[in-house]
Amino acid sequence: MLATLIRVIGDIDLAEDVAQDAAVRALETWPRDGVPANPRAWFLVTAKRRAIDIIRRETQRAGKEEAAMWGADDTHDPPLEPPDVVRDDLLRLVFTCCHPALSLEAQVALALRTLGGLTTAEVARALLVSEATMAKRLVRAKQKIAQAHIPYRVPPAADLPARLSGVAATVYLIFNEGYAATGGADLTRVALTAEALRLGRLLAELMPDEPTVLGLLALMLLHDSRREARLDVEGDPVLLPDQDRASWNQAAIKEGVELVGRGLRRTPDHPDAYVVQAAIAACHALAPTYETTNWDAVISWYDVLLSTGDTPVGRLNRAAAVAERDGPAAGLALVDAIGGLDGYPWWHATRGELLHRLGDHEAARIAYQQAISLGINDPVAQRLQRRLTDLP
Amino acid sequence: MPLYAALIYSRDVDWTLPEYGDVMKEYNEFGQAAAAVIRGGNALYQTATATTVRVTGGKGGDVVTSDGPYAETKEALTGFYLLECADLDEAVATAAKIPAAWDGAVEVRPVIEF
Repeated sequence: MLATLIRVIGDIDLAEDVAQDAAVRALETWPRDGVPANPRAWFLVTAKRRAIDIIRRETQRAGKEEAAMWGADDTHDPPLEPPDVVRDDLLRLVFTCCHPALSLEAQVALALRTLGGLTTAEVARALLVSEATMAKRLVRAKQKIAQAHIPYRVPPAADLPARLSGVAATVYLIFNEGYAATGGADLTRVALTAEALRLGRLLAELMPDEPTVLGLLALMLLHDSRREARLDVEGDPVLLPDQDRASWNQAAIKEGVELVGRGLRRTPDHPDAYVVQAAIAACHALAPTYETTNWDAVISWYDVLLSTGDTPVGRLNRAAAVAERDGPAAGLALVDAIGGLDGYPWWHATRGELLHRLGDHEAARIAYQQAISLGINDPVAQRLQRRLTDLP
Repeated sequence: MPLYAALIYSRDVDWTLPEYGDVMKEYNEFGQAAAAVIRGGNALYQTATATTVRVTGGKGGDVVTSDGPYAETKEALTGFYLLECADLDEAVATAAKIPAAWDGAVEVRPVIEF
């Protein structure tokens, strides 16, 4: 509904205001006069008329004759929109909220506020900033959309892949913000994973043929399927090998794996990075135990992933999988061959783990200490600290 | 249609020198290709020719001039175009064809129309 109003009115702020006014009017009049035959159309007409009133008043005050609004003269009742109009409006809103001319921070805030429908206070809490800061951030973002004329439309086919990966990155960032939170005081952040999944489902509904969208939703579902198993009773994180696989959410796994299949069928020649990452997550999700993980498949998928973008972190993850299949020495050789990760705590943590398995306790100790000093996240640091004290 | 200023930030050199003829040729090509949306614009002499003006003590106060640009930076404001485009996407696509986009940067700013 809001998405349609934003298209008709051409201004996010005004659309939000008039939607609220229309809701108040509905509360006043519907109990008295009865619910209209077509509540959606009633709501849109009421909101639109209110917007026209406001714009007329403001343009008169500003001494402007021209209507600052698309379709401002068209005051007759709109026909009931077919579902594809609603769908297109939402789609346009997705691409406006995640436009690359907006900062990533602003994109995240707008996606949660405008697409997710969270209140400003909820968005602020979830992103750990004050409500005033969030309100300011949202106002600035909406001002930029209006003043710089960031378009409200689905990008042309030629730009779609790049723009879509921007949209996916924003939603995945929201998911990871929530996923990195561990519970307790972080519970409001955990809700971000649910919001990201909701946005992911919305995207998959709007663009059911885009592999990026299918892969993104699959990846989030497959990670989220392990939510229960990720923390022990004390709230400390449990790593993949030690997780109780019986508590993994089988429904989420099933849905995720099916989406991976759909995504792969749509990417025969150039694999999509999200689909491939989801395929790796699916290998883990489908293994009955850590030991029976199909490491050949995992390593092959990492090879495919590296073909979509060769990053040192991607190679580190591949090396960890090789270590599981071919032993710590083979893994360590690959880890040591990756350049440029001296400042990355996970590189040192992985080295420490493999050196530890090889019985080189002194070198393992140094690697663990380096991982901790580089600021690996707290629960993992505690775990490495325990490893350090256990070393002979 | 909205107006955008495409502010060109590039090397602070004298673009009239013959050694920059090739670059100027690129700008001419851009000017012809984008003629439909260009509403104005100029190249500027080096920042060494700039004079920065301030009035101290409020309106009507003393005029203080200083030699040099407002901000001393490696890449300087060396020119601008005024573009009339349908929206930011079109303005960005046009700005990406200005030679400074690959030899410096172009800042796209919406123009306030009173």
